Amino acid sequence: MTTILPRKDAVIVGLGWTGAILAHELTEDGLDVVAIERGPWRDTATDFNIGYAQDELRYGIRRDLFLQPAVEAMTMRNNTSQTALPMRDYGSFLPGNGVGGAGVHWNGHTWRFWDSDFQIADHLRDRYGATRIQDLQLQNWGVTGAEMEKSFDRFEYLAGISGRAGNINGRIQEGGNPFEDPRSRDYPLPPLQMTYAPTLFAEVTRSLNLHPFPTPAANLSKDYINPLGIAMGQCTMCGFCERFGCANYSKSSAQTTILPVLMKKKNFEVRTDSEVLHVDLDVSKNHARGVTYVNTSGEEFFQPADIVLLCAYGLHNVRLMMLSGIGEIYDPNTGEGTVGRNYCYQTNAGAQVFFDDKNFNPFVAAGALGQTVDDFNGDAFDHGPLDFVGGAGINCIPSNGRPIQTRPTPPGTPRWGSDWKKATVKSYKSTLGFSSQGSSYPTRGNYLDLDPTYTDRFGRPLLRFTFDFPDNDIRMSNWVSDRMEEIAKAFGGRQYTNTRRKKGWDSVPYQSTHNTGGAIMGTDPKTSAVNKYLQSWDVANVFVIGASAFAHNAGKNPTGTVGALAYHTADAIRQQYLRNPGQPLVSA
Amino acid sequence: METHCLKRPTRRQFLSSVAFTVLASSAAPVMARSISGSLPWEARSADPPVQVKPGGWLFFTLEEAQTMEAVADRLVPADDLSLGGKDAGCVLYLDRQLVGSYGTSSRLYTKGPFMPGLPTQGYQAPDTPAQRYRSGIAALNAFTRETKGGRRFAELAPDEQDAVLKDLEAGKITLPNKVDAKSFFNLMLANVMEGFFADPIYGGNKDMASWKMLGFPGARYDYRDHVSKHNQPYPLPPVSIAGSTEWMTR
Repeated sequence: MTTILPRKDAVIVGLGWTGAILAHELTEDGLDVVAIERGPWRDTATDFNIGYAQDELRYGIRRDLFLQPAVEAMTMRNNTSQTALPMRDYGSFLPGNGVGGAGVHWNGHTWRFWDSDFQIADHLRDRYGATRIQDLQLQNWGVTGAEMEKSFDRFEYLAGISGRAGNINGRIQEGGNPFEDPRSRDYPLPPLQMTYAPTLFAEVTRSLNLHPFPTPAANLSKDYINPLGIAMGQCTMCGFCERFGCANYSKSSAQTTILPVLMKKKNFEVRTDSEVLHVDLDVSKNHARGVTYVNTSGEEFFQPADIVLLCAYGLHNVRLMMLSGIGEIYDPNTGEGTVGRNYCYQTNAGAQVFFDDKNFNPFVAAGALGQTVDDFNGDAFDHGPLDFVGGAGINCIPSNGRPIQTRPTPPGTPRWGSDWKKATVKSYKSTLGFSSQGSSYPTRGNYLDLDPTYTDRFGRPLLRFTFDFPDNDIRMSNWVSDRMEEIAKAFGGRQYTNTRRKKGWDSVPYQSTHNTGGAIMGTDPKTSAVNKYLQSWDVANVFVIGASAFAHNAGKNPTGTVGALAYHTADAIRQQYLRNPGQPLVSA
Repeated sequence: METHCLKRPTRRQFLSSVAFTVLASSAAPVMARSISGSLPWEARSADPPVQVKPGGWLFFTLEEAQTMEAVADRLVPADDLSLGGKDAGCVLYLDRQLVGSYGTSSRLYTKGPFMPGLPTQGYQAPDTPAQRYRSGIAALNAFTRETKGGRRFAELAPDEQDAVLKDLEAGKITLPNKVDAKSFFNLMLANVMEGFFADPIYGGNKDMASWKMLGFPGARYDYRDHVSKHNQPYPLPPVSIAGSTEWMTR
């Protein structure tokens, strides 16, 4: 039996970064908003306690704050000739759970995607010709960098990002990223104080005529009061960011930047430990009536609402659309259908330099405290003579010295015994690592759909990944690894490693929780699931907000662009949609 | 168990309300709730970790524990850098993990059908870590009894033990009862290392031995004074979530 609840103006699925931003914005206009969150309530004082937050086993290894596969797993295969099997434990990527979502336990790298990303198909075709990108399913996002600027700015000021501008209104700024798009003003906070390894990385890359700059960080370099009046504290560089909640109010999250204001509003409510099963459509299939959810006692509720905002993790947004019949599921054979299309990931590789005479104190760290070189990212360099498109940011961001997982040893070291121990002790403090974070471009054969065999605890099909690194991306990553080798040599250490990305995406070792696409934005309802305002082409009172909207993934962490898209959508709803509710903001 | 808990209990309250061994099989129950009008806060709603208390094996039989202590002492041998895996408490750590959610895979996806997968698809067998240790240790001792003159693994000389472990690691040994030697070795290695490097509250890393060995300061929370002191040793000794060695009561 389903209990029918009183109507709300808007129902939000998931209360992480995007859910909190949309809830705050829509309640400002007086809308009555409810958020339904699968995981528990979480807050700094109770859940990220300074007395025990620094627990690598509990949070880093057993992953207490994350989505558990028993609650929802996903299946994977590298191509359609294989049978997808469930990832029985998450490994390659780790979705979040609970209030704050993955924004609770991220590292805090906060980037802006470039105009050459948003208009990627036009940009690359104009510069290199159509043949160069014919094996890729690259598409414009339907927005421009200039159009997104004010939304990026709002997110960065909400979150108190520490960084140094590289381009203010077209004027290149010394010490910033000269390759970034023009921004209207500097970051709200100056860069973090640098530790030793990134300082050395900056010196070495500068000597190679590259352009290192401080990685924009959601770890606060100073105390800060954000535009909502919420105070945050200076980061203490404890080295427990990724996989951990911040006990110090120093890492931006929904908890530290929005919830103290949002939760006081009479026209907002969150229901926790309640999982949305699907969006309910009316008989026309182009209008949503609300959502059905189940609580921990197994009781089912129908929450009617005029607007449905899918603000779960991108992958969950995609699955919810499929389970609800919103749009048509993508078919790689025909290229038809849009939901599940253009799933992308991140194409990473790493290098290490081993020294005899250096002490990097790896435990003095923050998740985004480091230096980046963007000379080989995106289309910042001429690909004319090369055999690929795309690129990678090269990052020296030593985020921790947590010893269960961070124990570098030189190649050839045994994994146990006395020799292992000697090498581990020798290398722990004296090893410098840096990595490439590469773009991931869509192909026809990389996609998401529903698994035909495996189901969740409610009997609903699991999401199925069919993904491998495209040849273009492997060529890109290899070329960037050649550049990394030049950097590694220039450090002059005792020895170095340079581990290259190979085909055959492996779901076991951790790589990146930057899963993008599947409900992509665009200009054409035949090739995108949502329009430029993240409004479903098929069901006009459903908006789908998250990295699910990315038409491809750049060589950058997604959260800055996800936050900007949340503001972009909120503006469109407040300024346009509410005047003509139920209508498409873009005509198909 | 839910009858004890009308609302979400802290783990400490939970512990005091049920038999100790039950802790393992379930996370604290949670209840759906509605929150509006203010940030919710209530006293004692935090969920601190529970410190492992030595004394008796909860999962291992005596023979299993002795086997694992011998294994732990070869993976992490005692030398001038640190004490060995046995004295560090790695097996106490493992014993408590195996009666917890880790041992029972209660957080993992354990629905069938179970099919052999590709390496890129990860572990696909139905056995939980607890079951894998039970069958793996038995198979290891059966193997050494068969090939080493009736002796259990713990009864071999250290260099014989090292040779067996190397062969397990390389998959050169075929263990009885279809136990995958390489996969069992990797499980033991990962868990022993967790115990050795985790916070001592979980039963291993006695007196923060591994942290002292590495120079990892542990559960400290503020390094601002040291950020700009490049290439200089950090001056303070490690602390655990339970405090420093000096404060610890034993």
